[in-house]
Amino acid sequence: MLALLLAAGGYDAARALRALWDGAAGSSYALFSGTLVRATPLLLTGLAVTLAFRAGVLNIGAEGQLLAGAAASAAVALSLGGSVGAAVVPLALGAAAAGGALWAWPAALLRRRFGVLEVISTIMLNFVALYAVSYAVRGPLQEPLHIYPQTAALPAAAQLPRLAPGTRLHAGFLVALLAAGALWWWLRHTAAGFRLRASGASPAAAASAGLVDVGRTTTAAFLASGALAGLAGGVEVSGVTYALYENISPGYGYTAIAVALLARLDPAAVVASAVLFGALEAGAGAMQRDAGVPSVVVSVVEAALILVLLAADRLREPRWSAPSWLWGGPPQPAAGQPPAER
Amino acid sequence: MSDAVASFLEAAVRTATPLALAALGEVVVERAGVINIGLEGVVIAGAFGALVGADAAGVAGGFAAAALAGTATAALFALFAVTLRADQIITGTAVTLFALGLTGALYRTLYGATGAALTLPTAAAWALPGLASLPIVGHALFGQPAVTYLAYVATPALWWWLYRTHGGLSLRAVGENPEAAAAAGVSPQRVRWRALLVGGALGGLGGGSLVLAQVGTFAEGMSAGRGFIAIAVVALGRWHPAGAALAALLFGAASALQFLFQAMGWSVPYQLFLALPYVLTLGALAGAAGRAAAPAALGRRDTSPA
Repeated sequence: MLALLLAAGGYDAARALRALWDGAAGSSYALFSGTLVRATPLLLTGLAVTLAFRAGVLNIGAEGQLLAGAAASAAVALSLGGSVGAAVVPLALGAAAAGGALWAWPAALLRRRFGVLEVISTIMLNFVALYAVSYAVRGPLQEPLHIYPQTAALPAAAQLPRLAPGTRLHAGFLVALLAAGALWWWLRHTAAGFRLRASGASPAAAASAGLVDVGRTTTAAFLASGALAGLAGGVEVSGVTYALYENISPGYGYTAIAVALLARLDPAAVVASAVLFGALEAGAGAMQRDAGVPSVVVSVVEAALILVLLAADRLREPRWSAPSWLWGGPPQPAAGQPPAER
Repeated sequence: MSDAVASFLEAAVRTATPLALAALGEVVVERAGVINIGLEGVVIAGAFGALVGADAAGVAGGFAAAALAGTATAALFALFAVTLRADQIITGTAVTLFALGLTGALYRTLYGATGAALTLPTAAAWALPGLASLPIVGHALFGQPAVTYLAYVATPALWWWLYRTHGGLSLRAVGENPEAAAAAGVSPQRVRWRALLVGGALGGLGGGSLVLAQVGTFAEGMSAGRGFIAIAVVALGRWHPAGAALAALLFGAASALQFLFQAMGWSVPYQLFLALPYVLTLGALAGAAGRAAAPAALGRRDTSPA
């Protein structure tokens, strides 16, 4: 599909695809310093979207929650500095998760109290987060010389360690893998995970079964989803950029939707789809450099992928355990039968 | 002082125009029981269409291409959400991401990776004789480009059509109870397709007016959430054309506040003004909630026989 798009745009498709491959997996440097570094925030935000969608919460706000987490972790890391030794890293990542949850909270509240569609409220919060970060890096969090719109560099104690010398892969990747494993186990093997899946699959059935407080469960899932996205921001600041600035996320929170849907909302599969999209994004940069193809082509592919998955799943009956409202509706009433009650 | 007020009002009406057009289209769509979250994609497609059209054939060509691009984007949504009956929210999100990515890629391919600002022919203000010289509000309301007057005309026209014609009744019936409408011989799918095409044309014109009557050039992602804000405007306007137009004006006024503050010499971080429409949207959604004005079948998967 990408090749077709490239050819239609008048580009040398073979050369562009080779550049994409080289940039994503052509060398161990490309793999460990490009693809897996890009995959880390996609994995965490992809898990955030997975958790929310499983609970029937359409959180499109991972982007804003990521920014809030990045800002919170930068603020904590810079104010603590080296004063608490190695404890600064967990404290900063904790602040990131709290910041992300805090940014999801207004949308969760509006949904529960007023029934406000969270798709719109979370997107509004994304824009607010963007301008809040823009203000912070020019105001209270700006570097001491007040020249550049960014924070000072994080002290060495607050930086996540590299996993192997000579690469840019950092310990945040392990954090993301752990989160994926934990979420997979929790959704599948705990009572709370079951309640969450039940609330997402059929709120009415879950409520009438009497064991689930659907409002509380979905609100908790919404906040936890925000915390995961916020953690992605914290990991990005303390593992990759070492500073907060405006364009810290090239839309990870939006790509995360495609990551989660491609993985069919299965936390274990999110690992694979995050690596795939990390490769696509890392390769897209190389493609732009070597073949002159705009890197935003990748976002067209991502969106087209969501649409193709939607169509494919509507054309055959879904067999897997995603919320039924997401892909397949109730069975169509046959002609002559009364329509389904709602 | 009165200069500041006059330019504030003028800016309010000008920034309200794209929102009003997109929201009027979405009123039609939502009255048919469909929520088109892809409206954001429709608006950016319209903006890009306006760039291509105006570059090739002047202002009129720009608006025509904007309407066409918006309609095409809405058709993509309709194909999945109406014909294939996929989830409306997910489809809309995907259509928005698709349109944002495609317009960005096309823009860089056609106009260079640098994204150097292109100067376009822009829609000239067209003062209505007599009305434009009314005190205070005259110039703000009647010294605008023609596309603003289109919103003035479309508001009562849609009002009349929705409430006083057979077609409007069928559309509202589909939005309240598609099964009953189908039983009465109205095809929900056909009605929804038509509503989406009309909504797409109006949303595209909204994007076009953003480029041709407000900013004067195209930038990647320049819709900046206006499609989503328009959806909130529809809820705030209680799914009524006149309500939506007034709510759009309220948002235009909020966006134009920065001009008033600058004129008054009050110093407030500019990010506050940029964030204000989004915060206001959150407040509006909370305020508009819980009132029983939404079409009963809004956003629900269509279960009527095809």
